[in-house]
Amino acid sequence: MSAETIQSRREWLLSDRPASRLQARLGRAYVAWRRFSANRLALVGMLIIIALVAVAALADVLAPYSATVGDLKNARLLAPSAAHWFGTDDLGRDIYSRIVYGARWTLYVVILVAIIAAPIGLLVGTVAGYAGGWTDTILMRITDIFLAFPKLVLALAFVAALGPGIENAVLAIAITSWPPYARIARAETLTVRNSDYIKAVQLMGASPFRIVLRHIMPLCISSLIIRVTLDMAGIILTAAGLGFLGLGAQPPLPEWGAMIASGRRFILDQWWVAAAPGAAILIVSLGFNLLGDGLRDALDPRSGDQ
Amino acid sequence: MSVAENQAAAGRGSARAVAILSSLGRFLVVAVTTYLGLLAVTFFIGRVIPIDPVLAVLGDRAPTAVVERTRREMGLDLPWIEQFYLYVKAALRGDFGTSVLTTNPVMSDIRRVFPATIELATLGTIIGAVIGVPLGVLAAVKRGSLIDQIARVVGLIGYSVPIFWLGLLGLVLFYAKLQWIAFPARLDVVYEYTFTPITGFYLLDAAIQGQWDVFHDAWRHIVLPAALLGYLSLAYISRMTRSFMLNELAQEYIVAARAKGLSERRIIWGHALRNAAVPMVTVIALSYANLLEGSVLTETVFSWPGIGLYITNSLQNADMNAVLGGTIAIGSVFIAINLLSDLLYRLLDPRTKAG
Amino acid sequence: MSGDTLLEVDDLRVTFPTRTGLVQAVRGVSFSLGRERLGIVGESGSGKSQTGRAIMGLTPPQAEVSARKLAFDGIDLLSISPRERRALRGNRIAMILQDPKYSLDPVMTIGRQIVETLRTHEKVSKAEARERALAMLQAVQIRDPARVFDLYPHEVSGGMGQRAMIAMMLITGPELMIADEPTSALDVTVQLDVLKILDKLVAERGMGLIFISHDLRLVSSFCDRVVVMYAGKVVEQIEASELRDAQHPYTRGLLNCMPRIGFERHPLPVLDRKPEWAA
Repeated sequence: MSAETIQSRREWLLSDRPASRLQARLGRAYVAWRRFSANRLALVGMLIIIALVAVAALADVLAPYSATVGDLKNARLLAPSAAHWFGTDDLGRDIYSRIVYGARWTLYVVILVAIIAAPIGLLVGTVAGYAGGWTDTILMRITDIFLAFPKLVLALAFVAALGPGIENAVLAIAITSWPPYARIARAETLTVRNSDYIKAVQLMGASPFRIVLRHIMPLCISSLIIRVTLDMAGIILTAAGLGFLGLGAQPPLPEWGAMIASGRRFILDQWWVAAAPGAAILIVSLGFNLLGDGLRDALDPRSGDQ
Repeated sequence: MSVAENQAAAGRGSARAVAILSSLGRFLVVAVTTYLGLLAVTFFIGRVIPIDPVLAVLGDRAPTAVVERTRREMGLDLPWIEQFYLYVKAALRGDFGTSVLTTNPVMSDIRRVFPATIELATLGTIIGAVIGVPLGVLAAVKRGSLIDQIARVVGLIGYSVPIFWLGLLGLVLFYAKLQWIAFPARLDVVYEYTFTPITGFYLLDAAIQGQWDVFHDAWRHIVLPAALLGYLSLAYISRMTRSFMLNELAQEYIVAARAKGLSERRIIWGHALRNAAVPMVTVIALSYANLLEGSVLTETVFSWPGIGLYITNSLQNADMNAVLGGTIAIGSVFIAINLLSDLLYRLLDPRTKAG
Repeated sequence: MSGDTLLEVDDLRVTFPTRTGLVQAVRGVSFSLGRERLGIVGESGSGKSQTGRAIMGLTPPQAEVSARKLAFDGIDLLSISPRERRALRGNRIAMILQDPKYSLDPVMTIGRQIVETLRTHEKVSKAEARERALAMLQAVQIRDPARVFDLYPHEVSGGMGQRAMIAMMLITGPELMIADEPTSALDVTVQLDVLKILDKLVAERGMGLIFISHDLRLVSSFCDRVVVMYAGKVVEQIEASELRDAQHPYTRGLLNCMPRIGFERHPLPVLDRKPEWAA
């Protein structure tokens, strides 16, 4: 591609008078992308997340050993070496392979929590904001009550009642993390509720259900995505904490938090058993935090430098 | 000054009183509903989710007679709403049932272990605020400089690191390798029997009684877990301070303060920070509440006999009464701090008006 | 008008670096000021506020200020240390900002803010500082100074807030006052009150005043001399009394925008802006 065509494409994207909706939309996305990609740390965050997804997808190729079956006879608690990059654990399993497979469980938790909690928050927030009155008061009071709870402790109690396991951990985290989304969705709804185009849709006879679903919810999505991305690190840390306490993923699943827990017994002599999975958690949470910060700065310039 | 202005000013004193009263009223409503909400959730967890709540409370090895008695005591034959009423009544009396593990009433267990958690979280918050506030201020004043970058990285890692893992690594380094700190516990075994706590805060108790050897020992035990919690709190506090300070430094009254010829130091600490201090109170209180909660994992790593360790031990033994009692205890303090900080905010800010 | 010059500005330039390159907010402004009232008029973005801030030394750190000469009472402002510059600010040169709602510290009482200026520049006891602050509040015609002293800025009206601002800036007895749109944020009804107070104090104390405004009529009735700025440059300097005979088309355009009672104004005139005036 010649420099000239690139130049003209940029002009097309940045045009003051977009000729079509697509052009306007692409132009906006391009501006946001330029702002995002100017932030080097945000790019690092994005690379980390892309790497996480790639590792999870290619785990079968990347992992040299099995994640669950070890060599008890010959390979117990070996220090890091060329054969076992991060060493082996007490059951003779290769820690590197377990971390590679663990990426899948991290993604599993994060995605499931997001697709459970975000829609709950979106529904509660938009309904409260659009309906107003008593509905709003009651829904928001419930939201505030949940917001005032200690999340980790409540998740602990939920898992204690539901029984340990990764599905229950996901459920417990989701139950405790929807309130901020409801708050955001409500705030966005309130800003558009009285606008003329919503009135126009009302006049055309659209049902409240349709208005909320088709005209209000889509507007809340971008701020919700930012918030969910920023929360991902917290979700990962909570899930790892539950795993560490033996309440999340159960053996022999290669979940990173549970791996740290099993390495705890050998921490003073074979520190690598716990060190590597913790580093993995740190890097991935850092990636989500950097990405979330970058997205917020790019998509919401008002909160720019903060 | 016009007459109207004078009258308006005279009415302002009472308007402020009304504002305080109305926020107190709202405060009470919020406090009561939030606390009821907490009880409703724990009730749901304890009585609704388990197939047999008695089994959840007693474990499966209890004799039949005890099971029957407990079933009656818990009122499981009554309708749910009535059960909840009894549950709330009991909780308000501080009756959370008996712990299977310790065989004590849960409330007396909690009273015994809570001071350890408070001591840890308080020290952590002090560390976090004492370092975090100046760091945030410097980062905002020297925006984009090296110190700003460092503060940013320190903060981001604090937001991203699993604290239990950092604690384990800290133990390896400072306890096993360097031997700077004592093993995971609250005191050395020697002192466990010779030292009588008064308040339950060992550092304070040792200082009051002049037992400086105990103080030193208690310090060697608390310093690493407190530093870790302090780091979490520092990450949050410095980030929020920076953002508040940037906001204040962009205000017109800062230009006016410069026009008055004030020194930069006076402008930053005397004007900008004074204005940022009002929201900072909320941030520090919230960070304190978060540390109480974060203590669950930290206490487990450091065998710190506080409420977090109590809850996790009970969890491992399926001791539901103790788990829920501990949850309510942490939840209550958490809610109280949350609400109090909100109230404090209204009282501290001279701009608070009615409504 | 006295003959001695208080302030000399020669070829003042203020440049801001931005992502797209350098932006010159002030491009070679020159004038001199005695103990008189000088008005600087221009539209927003004409560089009039940046001129005032450059004289004060309040230009943001990333911007660059240069001048062939920028001297106050014979002191070269650009060569003295920041500390010496600060000692002048609030003491011998003071500034009034536009809106008291934002320019007074919201969490400090009015009295303390006035006392703070005084005690920054003079070694006086707390009791004496309080006395002088109360006297100053009286001088800006606040009737109950002792009560206003203990009020927070949000508890007073805009007019009273601006009087408190004037008190805060005049308490050290400065020789030069820069007033940046001091009445634009106020109710029309109190604008004149505040202006009269400012005018009286400036006259009594024999100060020099730079009055920055977008309102040519206000400036012409209030000042001795007017500097008209456009796009960072001075397009015309003229005695206020001779404003009717202004030569420059931009000044004439500004004058034509003023409505006069009894004259039909249709169609409303539009300001001409020609690039060659900025060149």
